[in-house]
Amino acid sequence: MKKEILIGLLVILPSIIAIAIFVYGFIFWTVRVSTSNWNSFSSLLRGEYHFVGLRNYKRLFQDDRFIKDLWNTLFFTLFFLIGSMSIGLLLAVLVDKGLKGSQFFQNIYLFPMAISFVVTGTVWRWIFAPGIIPSDPQGVNLLLKKMGLDHLMWGWYTSTEHIGPFNLALIPVIIAAVWQMSGYTMAMYLAGLRGIPVDIEEAAKVDGASDWQVFWRIKFPLLKPITLSAMIILGHISLKIFDLVFAMTGSGPGFVTDMPSIYMFELTFRSNRYARGSAISIIMLLMVAVVIVPYLVSSMKEEVRR
Amino acid sequence: MRKFLTVLLVGVFFFAGALWAKENALEIFSWWTGGGEEEGLMALFDLFHKYYPDVKIINAAVAGGAGTNAKAVLKTRMLGGNPPDSFQVHAGMELIDTYVIPGMMEPVTWILKDMNALDKFPKAILDMCSYKGEVYSIPVNVHRANVVFYNKKIAAQIGMEQPPQTWHGFVEYLKRAKEKGYVGLALGDKNKWTALHLFESLMLAELGPDAYNGLWKGKTSFNNTAIKRALEIMKEMLDYINSDHAAMTWQDAVRLVYEGKALATVMGDWAEGYLKTLGWTPGVEFGWFALPGTQDAFMVVSDTFGLPKGAPHRQNAIRWLKLIASREAQDVFNPIKGSIPARLDADKSKYDVYLRWSMNDFATKKLTPSIIHGSAAPESFSAALMDAIDEFVTTRDVDKTFKKILMIAEDNDYNVK
Repeated sequence: MKKEILIGLLVILPSIIAIAIFVYGFIFWTVRVSTSNWNSFSSLLRGEYHFVGLRNYKRLFQDDRFIKDLWNTLFFTLFFLIGSMSIGLLLAVLVDKGLKGSQFFQNIYLFPMAISFVVTGTVWRWIFAPGIIPSDPQGVNLLLKKMGLDHLMWGWYTSTEHIGPFNLALIPVIIAAVWQMSGYTMAMYLAGLRGIPVDIEEAAKVDGASDWQVFWRIKFPLLKPITLSAMIILGHISLKIFDLVFAMTGSGPGFVTDMPSIYMFELTFRSNRYARGSAISIIMLLMVAVVIVPYLVSSMKEEVRR
Repeated sequence: MRKFLTVLLVGVFFFAGALWAKENALEIFSWWTGGGEEEGLMALFDLFHKYYPDVKIINAAVAGGAGTNAKAVLKTRMLGGNPPDSFQVHAGMELIDTYVIPGMMEPVTWILKDMNALDKFPKAILDMCSYKGEVYSIPVNVHRANVVFYNKKIAAQIGMEQPPQTWHGFVEYLKRAKEKGYVGLALGDKNKWTALHLFESLMLAELGPDAYNGLWKGKTSFNNTAIKRALEIMKEMLDYINSDHAAMTWQDAVRLVYEGKALATVMGDWAEGYLKTLGWTPGVEFGWFALPGTQDAFMVVSDTFGLPKGAPHRQNAIRWLKLIASREAQDVFNPIKGSIPARLDADKSKYDVYLRWSMNDFATKKLTPSIIHGSAAPESFSAALMDAIDEFVTTRDVDKTFKKILMIAEDNDYNVK
């Protein structure tokens, strides 16, 4: 028994060391940088460490752009989750019905996932490029014009309109993200649906349950773990989204589509304010941790129970 | 087995690395990867091979607009003690603040002295590359930032026969273009920097070249009504831009001019190269003029090459720097890249009509450093100002933006009295 444990430990030792250095070591290092005064290349080069406490964090929360970023992340995450999961579930149910050609569509829906966010972003940037309204529209606006729906032409992601703190320019970005990830959500739900034993469904039907009741009373509750996993996976993608937004809109006019990750990138690599950038990355880490850690804890408890 | 292969691969890698360093090589780092830039660089390499056939040139170019990615890679390499033999850097603070002050560069004044070339460059441009009396990099090419390019066909339609000399004249034409259903001024600020590109030229117009240059030496205060006026002019100008500016890049904006949808655009003269690749001939389909108010100034964007301390092939790097400082190399590179040489004694017959105009102005007008292109101020200043101006394009709030500019200047220890 003891020998087994020893061998087991030996086998995973390299990964433990690698993770300790490259994950936790670097997280610790980022925390250290975020409490330093390294806000220019020359101070970084000198390498003298001046502890400034939480000053970098304080400055961030006084920064209009960062506050906007936080709101944007909140709304983006919210609508992205709702969109991907409802469309994913709907598609999964449709495909699961086993209608003619469902195999074909199942693949079609999954395809967007195989594309990188950069490609998605670039293509949707073209699609939603507003052109010059009303004389020379492009993309979706051109389509609307051809259909005679001129009044629906809109600035899309170049719009600076907002409802409260929700910037409407985020809508096209959310559409692009949902387009990309709802197929993946469908695949997860589909796996879940197919894992539900047929006899349960049949038993319910024998008892006189309608299709609707079978779905909401039996299948949907059984899909709960899938829903939770989907929320976690999509949630952490959207909290740290960078590539899609960067390729599609950048930070937008007046930062309407800005995200913390973009601000972090610009602070760190474009203006050499390393400490400030590190502070953003730590805040992002905390945001993701808030989502992930409860999930990990609960799933670990479940495993122990088993 | 797999592990063994990995070990083997790593071993080979290190071995090759060791060999590489010993080889008679020259590693040149740049962000010239597209269009005429890359061809120009290759022409320089060919010229280098003509003189030094044994030297193997390693082209360490990193792609990405205006070198933003390359700069990050370069910083990592310099920090890690693995500098290339010579690297491209914009003249000015991008070089001085980032690398010279921390002591990572070798002075190259002696190379220019050896070649008797110190007086072949304009003094102002060598000053931009200098720190405490020593020159630290050799300028290869010069672009001008304060230029307006316009569609001649539309100009004829709205009766613009002569380029406007004053701000009001320019606005008058913008107004007429708008009335005819054209976009007055094409702007593509998806990547944000183009808005500051426009604004810095307006600042130059309102301050005048001397006061503008004084900003960076602490002689002129940022707390200056001229800067506020520049914001007001910018606000007026924004009434004539394309509504979808936030969806476009500078190339898209130039295309608006090319496609006959917009009268003009304010852009550095790399736009001239772009219009030429689209098939236009300078002076025939498109015209140009210095942004009104900046006729007596030349906003410089200059690429230079420096000599980092600890360059692995120092001897070859010096040969490279000597080569690019020569008239021959500058005349090989610049006509291809679509820029003008930093030397004043170039062979004008090799350049097109626009570049000859630019060369003339370069030799006679006051040279001023660009903010957004890294010459005037450290990156922390230009990045913060870029954000402020980007917001201004949306809010158009002159007072708030002016206050923000003062704050940014104060943060970077400039004069705000």
